[in-house]
Amino acid sequence: MTTHRHRTARPGAILAASVVAALLAGGAMAAEPRGTGDLGVIVERASGSLAIVETTGRSLLARVDGLGDLSHASVVFSRDERFAYVFGRDGGLSKVDLLAARIVKRIVQGGNAIGGAISDDGSLIAVSNYEPGGVRVFDAGSLDLVADIPAIGAGGGASKTVGLVDIPGRAFVVTLYDAGEIWKLDFSAGASPAITRLTGVGKLPYDANVTVDGRHYYAGLFGEDGVVHVDLWKTPLTAERILDGYGRGAEPLPVYKMPHFEGWAAVQGKLFLPAIGREELLVVDIATSREVGRVKVHGQPVFAVARPDGRQVWVNFAHPKNDTVQVVDTESLSVVHEMKPGPAVLHLEFTPRGHEVWVSVRDRDQVKVYDTRSFIERAAIASPKPSGIFFTPRAHRIGQ
Amino acid sequence: MKRKWFQRVEIWGAMLGLVVGANAAGADTAPGIDRGRLVDLVRQDCGSCHGLTLKGGLGRPLTPEAIAHFDRDSLRLIILDGIPGTPMPPWRPLLSEAEAATIADILKSGEVR
Repeated sequence: MTTHRHRTARPGAILAASVVAALLAGGAMAAEPRGTGDLGVIVERASGSLAIVETTGRSLLARVDGLGDLSHASVVFSRDERFAYVFGRDGGLSKVDLLAARIVKRIVQGGNAIGGAISDDGSLIAVSNYEPGGVRVFDAGSLDLVADIPAIGAGGGASKTVGLVDIPGRAFVVTLYDAGEIWKLDFSAGASPAITRLTGVGKLPYDANVTVDGRHYYAGLFGEDGVVHVDLWKTPLTAERILDGYGRGAEPLPVYKMPHFEGWAAVQGKLFLPAIGREELLVVDIATSREVGRVKVHGQPVFAVARPDGRQVWVNFAHPKNDTVQVVDTESLSVVHEMKPGPAVLHLEFTPRGHEVWVSVRDRDQVKVYDTRSFIERAAIASPKPSGIFFTPRAHRIGQ
Repeated sequence: MKRKWFQRVEIWGAMLGLVVGANAAGADTAPGIDRGRLVDLVRQDCGSCHGLTLKGGLGRPLTPEAIAHFDRDSLRLIILDGIPGTPMPPWRPLLSEAEAATIADILKSGEVR
């Protein structure tokens, strides 16, 4: 009996094995080509991994490990939306193939990096460094070094750099944190940049960003009550102080998490800025640089991100109020919805046309997906200690 | 006249010393302190400025070597009161004295890396 059983089992096993082999072979041969316009990545900060996701079916496709220290990591995408460039805190710059789910190349370019940008032609990757400071620029294909730009301010000291963005014309703008300067790095003539230095712009500019038309660059100051504005369409460039004394003499609250200008909201000619040390968003008229309103919110804002149509601004908050997200209506300048996705909401990213938003909830090890009109939770994706979420359409936006 | 043991100053002194000593050395075991939560806070919340591995970011490195010149008490006070004129905030509204002392111990021990 046993022999018989054995005999009959065998052809079955062989059949099963050949089916698996055929599936594998067939899968490899007929690998359905797919677009990348609905892809994205989630930075998993504690495990140093990147989750590759797609936003149509709201699913995790693959995980890429070995990206080093990803606390405070950020990501930009190649023009074809196939490759993600990941800037790690440990100075790592990794080029990840989203379709193959693997690291194509990884270099450790500095001791301690904060973020980066990709030039408008897709050829240059610029990395902003805390240690040794300055900006390093790499070839987007090979990751070979193109230019090393130490950030030595007018006072002679080396500076950490923040708020690095791309602007049209194969150029970047960056802010020097320690020196209080803003530099434009123009690579239009080749590998050696023409540098325009704006000095003495203010004390401790901690982050900066540019409007999606690449025209207005704003840097938030930590050491002073104000914001720096540079109109990049003007010649010569000048740094203009705006919103001076926006705290109106009131003692700022302790800041347990620096606000971010990345992913900020510029809507209908208005800018929604996180106020530092205050539980408010400042609403600024872009044309006049004047404050036109304030929105009282739940805590100190960290990110204030506009839904792509501009009708809403979604806000998350600093520790210890970081379990909450509020939605501000940009017409009425009022909070229209509040939700508690869970402990430590770190980041949020809208789908390309804003029908849904993905929210990372670090201490729940989850990314939650919400409908932005009904606010209904559509999905929850398991992800260990998720922080930044980046979708590929960023490839086609200025200043990302 | 022979004193009873509880009348002897030196014994009270020794007992006081024991209590104080236990307090100073044992902040990490003080009742009501959730050391695991504080380790998490160091990694995640201190880490958002000082780096997840505490090797520095916008804030300076907090590795044991980098903070060797601070004693535990100075660290406790910096944590509680912050450093005016820099982004280092006072944590007094959120942490007790004992919790701040425990965080100083955690930093000194180098267990977060």
